[in-house]
Formats: sequence, C-alpha cells, structure tokens
Amino acid sequence: MALLSKKSKEAFKDPLMASNPISLQVLGICSALAVTVQVQTAVVMTLAVIAVLAASNTTISLLRNKIPGKVRIIIQLSVIATLVIVIDQILKAYMYDMSRQLSVFIALIITNCIVMGRAEAFAMQNNPKDSFLDGVGNGLGYGGILISVAVFREFLGNGSVYGVQIVPETLYSYGYENMGLMVLAPGAFVILGLIVWLHRIFAGIEAE
Amino acid sequence: MQWLRDILDKVAPLFEKNGKLEILHPLYEATDTILFSTDEKTESGPHIRDNIDIKRVMILVVVSLVPCYIFGALNIGYQESLTFGLSSDWKTNLISGLLKIGPILAVTFATGAFWEVLFAVIRKHSISEGFLVTCALIPLTLPATIPLWQVAVGTSFGIVIGKEIFGGVGMNIFNPALTTRAFLYFTYPAQISGDKVWAIAPDGYSGATALSIPAGQLDANAVTLLNNASINTVFDFSWFNMFMGWVPGSIGETNKIIIIFSALFLIFTGITSWRIMIGSVIGLVFTALLTNLLSPYSSNAMLTIPPHYHLVMGSFLFGTVFMATEPVTSSHTELGKWYYGFFIGMLTVIIRSINPAYPEGIMLAILLMNAFAPLIDYFVVKSNIKKRMTRYAQ
Repeated sequence: MALLSKKSKEAFKDPLMASNPISLQVLGICSALAVTVQVQTAVVMTLAVIAVLAASNTTISLLRNKIPGKVRIIIQLSVIATLVIVIDQILKAYMYDMSRQLSVFIALIITNCIVMGRAEAFAMQNNPKDSFLDGVGNGLGYGGILISVAVFREFLGNGSVYGVQIVPETLYSYGYENMGLMVLAPGAFVILGLIVWLHRIFAGIEAE
Repeated sequence: MQWLRDILDKVAPLFEKNGKLEILHPLYEATDTILFSTDEKTESGPHIRDNIDIKRVMILVVVSLVPCYIFGALNIGYQESLTFGLSSDWKTNLISGLLKIGPILAVTFATGAFWEVLFAVIRKHSISEGFLVTCALIPLTLPATIPLWQVAVGTSFGIVIGKEIFGGVGMNIFNPALTTRAFLYFTYPAQISGDKVWAIAPDGYSGATALSIPAGQLDANAVTLLNNASINTVFDFSWFNMFMGWVPGSIGETNKIIIIFSALFLIFTGITSWRIMIGSVIGLVFTALLTNLLSPYSSNAMLTIPPHYHLVMGSFLFGTVFMATEPVTSSHTELGKWYYGFFIGMLTVIIRSINPAYPEGIMLAILLMNAFAPLIDYFVVKSNIKKRMTRYAQ
C-alpha cells in the first residue's frame, strides 16, 4: 500500500496549483494585499495560516460526526478562533516585533475565507488525515502566492528581498528609484492581478 | 510606387498561413496598410457607409496635438532661459525644447510599439493604430524633466495594464495615457509633482507649478499668493500669462489658446464630443463658485481660487479636451456625456481644493469618471425605457 492514497495526494496537491485558493478561487485576498509589503511578514503570515488551517481542518474533521448540522458554523468558528488566538499569543510572546508589524492581520485569519471554506467544504466530509493534508496544501497554495507577491513588492518597492538589499547602491546613484506604488495597496492589486492572469493562462482557464 | 508594391507582394507569402514568418504577420499587415490602402472589403452584416474611419479619427487627433508639442518645446526653452536668467530668442527656445521632448517622444513610441507588436503577435490580431494616439498623448502629460527610463516603465504600464489586459484597443475601461500618468504620479512622485519638476536649472533651484503655490497654504487668498510668487520668483503667474501658457507645467498643457483651438478643430471635424467639454467646464465653474462661497468658513487657501483661475491653472483644459473625450472610456449616450463631463469638472475642483496632497485633480477625476461612465449610460438608457413605457401606457 502506498504511503498516501490517490485521494490524499489530491487533497494535498490540488490547492497548490489546480485549485489555488487565491489565484483561482480568489479567496483570502484581503490579507494578500495587507501583509505583502515585505517578504518577512508574508512568510510569517504563511506559517500562521498553514498552522491554523492544518489544525482547524484536523480538529473539525475529528469532530465532524458529533457536530450538529444546525450549529456547525458556530462550532467551526470557535475552533478556528481558538487556534488563531493561540497563534497570536505565540507570536506576541516570541516574535514581538513581527506581531507588531502584522498587527490585526493575524487576528483576522479568523475571518479568512479559506479557513472557514476548507472546514465547511472539506473537513466536514473527510477523514482527519486527508483534512490535515488538505489544510497544509491550501496553506501552501495561499502562501506561495502571498510570498511571490511579497517578493515582487519588496524588490520593486524597497530594492530588497527578505530584508537583504538586492539593488546595488551604484544603480541608485545613476538615478534609479524604488517604485513608490508597490508599497501602497494598489501595487499589491496590480501584482496579484498579473499573477492571477499568468496562472490562468498556464492553467488553460479561459473564463469562469 | 509600383516597385514598393512589388516588394511587398513578393515577401507576402512568407507571412501568410504556414509561411516561414507567419508569426510576424501583424507587422507585415501594418506596414502594408500604412503604405497602401487596403483592398479588403466588409463582406457580411449591416454596415454604415461613411468616409470617416478609425485611422482618420486617430490621425486628426494626432494632428490636433502637434501645436501643443510645438508650444511645449518653445515653453521649455523659455522656462529654461528664465531660470538661468538668460535672454533667448524663440529659435533657441524651440531647439532646446525639442531636444528635451524628442527623447521622451522616442522612448514613448518605442515602448508603446514594442508592447503593441508583442500583443498583436501573441494574440494574432492586426496592429491597431490606437497606440499612436496614446503614445502621442503620454509625453504631453509629463514634465520635461522626467527621466527617460521612467517614461518607458510608465508607458509599459499604461499600455499593458491600462489597455492590453482588457483585450486591447476599444476594450479598455481607463484611458491608457492617463493610466500611464497616474502610475508615474504614484510611483515616482518626486519626479512628476512637487519641487523637483522643472529643476532643469542649477542645484538648489526649485520651480513650482501654479497649482502647487496655494496648495496646503492656510488663511490666505490664492490670487494674492500667485501675485506674490510672480514678484518673488522669475515666473509670472498672472491670469493672462497662465492663459498664454508661459508658466512651468507638463509639456502640452500650458497654453490654453492652442488647446481651445484644438478643441474647436476636433469638434468641427466631428471627432470629439462638445457635450463632455462644455459639461466639464460647467461642472468646474459651478463647483469653484461653491468653494468660493464656503471659503470664509475654512482656512484652506485652495478654496479661494476663482473659477476663471481654475480654468487656466493646471491641466484642466488639456485633460477635458484630449483625455475626457476619448470615445472608448467616456459615456456613450448623449445625455450621459453631460453628466460625465459635469462630474469631471466637479471632482477636479473638489480634489484640487480639499486634498492638499493632490494639487491637481483632473487626472484622478477623469479616471474615476471612466469607471462610472458605463453606470451613467445604464441609468440614461433605463430612464429612456421608463419614459417610453409611460408614454405607451397612456
């Protein structure tokens, strides 16, 4: 028997490319715009979302036969909210500066459509192992786009990637300048739009 | 010219289907139709016979822009000699101005042509002349001191994001030339607004455009501020001088007489809509009068600018004549054009007066109304349907 069944593999692989939560389902856009000015914040945000998604998917999948249908949203929400608060507290305890920079956006993972969406659409119908893989896969698919947007924004807007200066000083002395627009929210819209465009071209998707 | 036709016919098979250079067919077609008139005819569907076609419209717009370029060159040279404290005749002014404009124009057209050809090849459609007008408009909206690489980046953004991603010419929501300017405005604010503009002169010198003089000033009359600036700096900011265009500003927008004549030319040749132009002037005058009424209750100096100063300061006339009237992005219904124009004029004054960070409002006003133009059309059509329904019911 293979390590992972076909279904488990799909649960993990699909959200990476074929049904990417951001570029194809267009979920979780708000945080993709807010935390992508720097790569560091995007990486921490990605890790936080992966942790929340994996844990919430597993927990809800374990509870799926006990949750009464009528109050399932409330129960999903309380599970997710608990996990987000835990992550928020961990960041505050061990990475205080980072948590200051991310400010409310960690807390806002609770309202991130991807987390609720996966809990409702996947974890409620599938076993814990598949749900865990689905959570990690969606988190990675989300993070992949988030980090690529952040790389472009930080490179064009600040001349650096992950805090490391890439554009040499000599170029600045020749009159090169950082793109101020990339630091502003519209810059994220443009980059994200271009990524969605390219992704859909390569995925061969013409229209909804 | 038969030899040229022969050469084109000889290389034609290379670009036809299954030819060696099939991928470059749009380039061949563009060269062919620029040199010779096409023998292709509309074959199906109902169509209107008229002697005006897209190419003629585009050419007439470009023709109407030429005087703006010439005056722009004269003015650049004049401002340069002013800031250096030299006296110079119009010939030296013209030459030094053309030397500034030439590279900007060349970079714009090269970048625009590159993207247009690239997308034509990828999407397998013919090259549209639309980019010629866009590229002719872009340099006129920029200050003469802008670095050339920024022109290239901005033009790329305007053509690709402003036009091509929506499907090319005729599909765009926003005016591509203004998209370019808006991009440059927010991306490299130091080069396109503020003190560095017009610093052609030695270090430590800074020039300001007419609108940035009262911007952010408190408890003062805008006209007094402008008159003070005329005394304290080498520039003359009197109403008549601003009307004549001998002030710092973007390349094509300073001379209002030329713009008014271009507007008349475009209206009489039937190219652009006079409703939009008149509507936006009415909107501007109305809102300026309103801000003048409110000015005693606020310390903002921008509120005290009288309507006739609003008309000659900044790029309002240029924007409303050449940008707002773009047929693709403006309202299509006749009544809608009045509303569309009125709101452009109104928003221009509001953005100019209320937000000290944006002394010029016409660019943002037009882009905003571009987004609302289809909605205006929708309501105009709806109300027409409703009117007819009630008439029919009686």
